[in-house]
Amino acid sequence: MSFYPICTEYNALPLNERFESVTESDVRRALGKTVLDAEDLLSLMSPAAAPFVEEMAQKASQLTLQYFGRTIQLFTPLYLSNFCTNHCVYCGFNAKNKIPRSQLELAQVEEEAKAIAATGLKHLLILTGESRAKASPDYLDSCMTVLRKYFPSVSIEIYSMDQDEYARLVDSGVDGLTVFQETYDEELYATLHLFGPKKNFRYRLDAPERGCKAGMRVVNIGALLGLGDWRKDAYLTGLHVAYLQNLYPEVDIAVSLPRMRPHAGEFQPTSIVEDRDMVQIMLAFRLFSPRLGITISTRESVQFREDILPLGVTKMSAGVSTAVGGHSQEDDSQDGDTVGQFDISDERTVDEMCEALRKQGYQPVFKDWEFITDLQ
Amino acid sequence: MTVVLNGKNVDISEGMTLLGLLESRGISSETVVVELNREILSADAFVSTILGDGDLLEVLRFVGGG
Amino acid sequence: MSEDIFEIGGFKLESRLFTGTGKYADDSIISDVCEASASQVITVALRRVDLESGTGNVMDYIPKYMKLLPNTSGARSADEAIRIARLARAMGCGDWIKIEVISDNKYLLPDGYETAKATEILANEGFVVLPYINADLYVARSLVDAGAAAVMPLGAPIGTNRGLKTREMVRILIEEIDLPIIVDAGIGNPSEACEAMEMGADACLVNTAIATAGNPVLMARAFGRAVRAGREAYLAGAGAMCRHAKASSPLTGFLSED
Repeated sequence: MSFYPICTEYNALPLNERFESVTESDVRRALGKTVLDAEDLLSLMSPAAAPFVEEMAQKASQLTLQYFGRTIQLFTPLYLSNFCTNHCVYCGFNAKNKIPRSQLELAQVEEEAKAIAATGLKHLLILTGESRAKASPDYLDSCMTVLRKYFPSVSIEIYSMDQDEYARLVDSGVDGLTVFQETYDEELYATLHLFGPKKNFRYRLDAPERGCKAGMRVVNIGALLGLGDWRKDAYLTGLHVAYLQNLYPEVDIAVSLPRMRPHAGEFQPTSIVEDRDMVQIMLAFRLFSPRLGITISTRESVQFREDILPLGVTKMSAGVSTAVGGHSQEDDSQDGDTVGQFDISDERTVDEMCEALRKQGYQPVFKDWEFITDLQ
Repeated sequence: MTVVLNGKNVDISEGMTLLGLLESRGISSETVVVELNREILSADAFVSTILGDGDLLEVLRFVGGG
Repeated sequence: MSEDIFEIGGFKLESRLFTGTGKYADDSIISDVCEASASQVITVALRRVDLESGTGNVMDYIPKYMKLLPNTSGARSADEAIRIARLARAMGCGDWIKIEVISDNKYLLPDGYETAKATEILANEGFVVLPYINADLYVARSLVDAGAAAVMPLGAPIGTNRGLKTREMVRILIEEIDLPIIVDAGIGNPSEACEAMEMGADACLVNTAIATAGNPVLMARAFGRAVRAGREAYLAGAGAMCRHAKASSPLTGFLSED
């Protein structure tokens, strides 16, 4: 099984025309349903649904409350390594960028783990660039022996792997996989990923499915909205979600909604996802899949993250550094010694995040899962 | 000699065929299915099946059911 | 509507109402019931011939065009269901079988585990297997794997005429299971059969509610029409409906601030 044929089929469709031809009554019908299909998702992501965002928000808010309560799960990323053999034109870590490269030694991993654990966080997302030579499966395995002492739940956001490699990491205590397709537009993908293993569109596209088969409990997918036509990419993400949910009902499928922001680098987004669009996408996801985990990163501003709290978000990162060693090193990222993968906008500490969530009537959740295995 | 027909002992004569037994009890062979010693018999075997002492016969047919 | 064909077990059916032959005060009414309901599939059970009283043959009253669906009622285990299924096939009326395994005579609820075991073996023997189960997603999935031709969840305990009590669970089966879903047992009124069809069930099996009605023929016609109405409503697609109250305070006000 593979999502690839479905993805190819949709790439060949005149999706823009279909978005444009959605009518007000299509949107109303989708809004009235309890079980939505792919056509309804298309309707809710279309321009015709824009005037309905308040109605969508009311329903999405109620569904989120119903399924998740007033809770937000907190996690933080830990960058283990920024060595990378890929040339993804939009990424700060890409191989052509002359930035200081480093990889944490196990002792440093422990330092970072202690620093993060001291904030109270229990859910960790570990990241690397794509370098099998540096951040090898063996290296990740050793990191896990350290990290699982501090964190009951560890997810990975690393280069795509084979199923048995994922299974090995599951054995060593990894329970979540995050892998973003970046864009579902295969032609565009080829122009954005100029060299490196990540250039293989299909291998990347099938990675979440390999993770499901390998026994990951949570598989988190997403597109980097703005790289291509955000409406199409968001829609294909939704179809990918449905595909995985249908085949792997035992896995929690989740999405992240990272959007590109205009920035100083040479590469600029193809389309700009305005706040209003971002909200519409998120609401459409919630109505389409009431139980779907939705993650909003610190790329988003403090104000925006607070505004969208009731609309469907279930997971947020906090106390984030996107630089290798950023949690334990006394380093001011302004001075250029440490370079992050992307600029963060919400720089609040974990304590500040918790305080803000509580103020809005939400319970910050540090831990909702204990990974029990036969680990020695 | 005796066979067990639907749980009841029935005396029959030597050399009696299954078809003969059914007809003697007024059972139309076309509306039933028969298990002989827990083996299902095909309808066209009824005429050639000679019964032996102690044979276990189950004769069933369709009845009303939901 | 003539193009809405229900395909199952290699048959193309125009009617999505299955009927039964149990509990009639007089079996001779069955042919009229079949005609009035427009049903094309009817269930029968298999029993020992009663050697003492020569009762009438139910088969005499079932129109020849009806597809027979023998059930395994009376079976308390997979082995017994398999035995009955093989006997039923030996009757020469086709290879459809409704698996029904019940060992709890208080509630008459089906045993999903035994049902799945029997389904796998019989499907391998070439039977068209229609298992009757509680509306349970896991059992239904195991039946898909076992090679069932359809899944038949109960609407309410058998013979109770209490309606679609398992509504939400049946809805989940309709969404999740790629086999035809035939709501079997418990449906007491045509409106309930209609609701099951509106939800997207592929067919309904109704016996007791017709057989025990004051006028079974009239009730059979009512069920035939209700199933058809529900199916048409499902195909038409429900209109827009507002399930939520209007907002007292807007959630997206922040979007218009800029």
